[in-house]
Amino acid sequence: MSEAQSQTPPVTDKVDLDAEFKASNIQEVLDKLDRELIGLMPVKTRIRETAALLLVDRVRKQMGLTAGAPSLHMCFTGNPGTGKTTVALRMAEILHRLGYVREGHLVSVTRDDLVGQYIGHTAPKTKEVIKKAMGGVLFIDEAYYLYKPENERDYGAESIEILLQVMENNRDDLVVILAGYKDRMDKFFHSNPGMRSRIAHHIDFPDYSAEELVAIARLMLAAQNYRFSTEGEKAFGEYIRLRMTLEHFANARSVRNALDRARLRQANRLFASGKKNLSRQDLMTLEAEDIRASRVFSEGRLDQDMA
Amino acid sequence: MMTNTGNRLTQGQFSFLPDLTDAQITAQIKYALKNGWAVNVEYTDDPHPRNTYWEMFGMPMFDLKDPAGILMEINNCRKTFSNHYIRVTAFDSSRGIESPRMSYLVNRPKKEPGFGLVRQEVDGRSIRYTIHSYATDKPENERY
Repeated sequence: MSEAQSQTPPVTDKVDLDAEFKASNIQEVLDKLDRELIGLMPVKTRIRETAALLLVDRVRKQMGLTAGAPSLHMCFTGNPGTGKTTVALRMAEILHRLGYVREGHLVSVTRDDLVGQYIGHTAPKTKEVIKKAMGGVLFIDEAYYLYKPENERDYGAESIEILLQVMENNRDDLVVILAGYKDRMDKFFHSNPGMRSRIAHHIDFPDYSAEELVAIARLMLAAQNYRFSTEGEKAFGEYIRLRMTLEHFANARSVRNALDRARLRQANRLFASGKKNLSRQDLMTLEAEDIRASRVFSEGRLDQDMA
Repeated sequence: MMTNTGNRLTQGQFSFLPDLTDAQITAQIKYALKNGWAVNVEYTDDPHPRNTYWEMFGMPMFDLKDPAGILMEINNCRKTFSNHYIRVTAFDSSRGIESPRMSYLVNRPKKEPGFGLVRQEVDGRSIRYTIHSYATDKPENERY
């Protein structure tokens, strides 16, 4: 939304939405989103809608039809490891491409970065974070911790007040994304109705299915130049199905941890085998035995480290 | 560094030009941020040219990406000290420089009385000269 554009709208009769779409390069970002994020259909649909709205808004502006900047503050809810942070990062890029935010960087904060420790400490701290996020996206992870109803002298409320003010007055300057678990966020919004009404987009992240998790594992491995053998992939599918029934299951994060442990076992296996000539293939492949050594299989409980 | 005929303080960059608009200030801040300099907002009611240390309005702003936050601070400062001199400085922290690279006024008092020349007789008929801000005859907070 450059100044020049809004000041001198070249009023034309017809616009080519398609050409505008191509010029924005948005398809590239959406494709990347499709490629790199498995599943998450409701999320992708909402992002597509948002992108369409911003694009149409831009075209409308060219026709001289002005409307206020749409409020794009968002709330991401979902279980751990469902990709809230990853999507937030993507969101910053998409909004930047569409010219909604000027810089397109993401400032990721938690309660510690916003709330101070004594009277008069909170406001400057929150303001500093807000200033850093201007021109981009402010991502507040586990936002419900900001408000602690059990302690009435908690400074979190002060921080929320400042955030609300900025979300209202500096809508052009930054986009605020709150993230957290669904039930706790609902409670948070219940006690902060002002916050709820200022957030237009509530996006719920669904849990992944077992197939999706295996696909995610494949992508993660590819990014690290590893891959499953055919047997290995089958074993991992079984592992995930077992793991999903156990406690502390954190979707993609559990997958990442399982893969890290499998890498450990693979390295150990290669070392123990004492093979002289390891091929590139050997170094890249995770075999079934690397997966099946997990205690999830033998004892039906977690490997010693959680998650 | 003295006042010019228009009785306007001329310190720092752009001081012989008409006052910068917010858009122009934003453009200058953008330039500073592009170079990775930390931007500060400072104010004073004692604009003597040798008074290099002005009061800081809030902390220096490191790691900012966008001028909007700094403009917000400037406007806060203007609201608080509407009749003071306010300047924006950009500090370059790179090794070997470690000093302000930019400095320009963004706010002036409505009336600027300027500076007078003070003559001091010393050692027989010798004279020493210095300048003195008329405004500082009054106590702090009543100057402008």
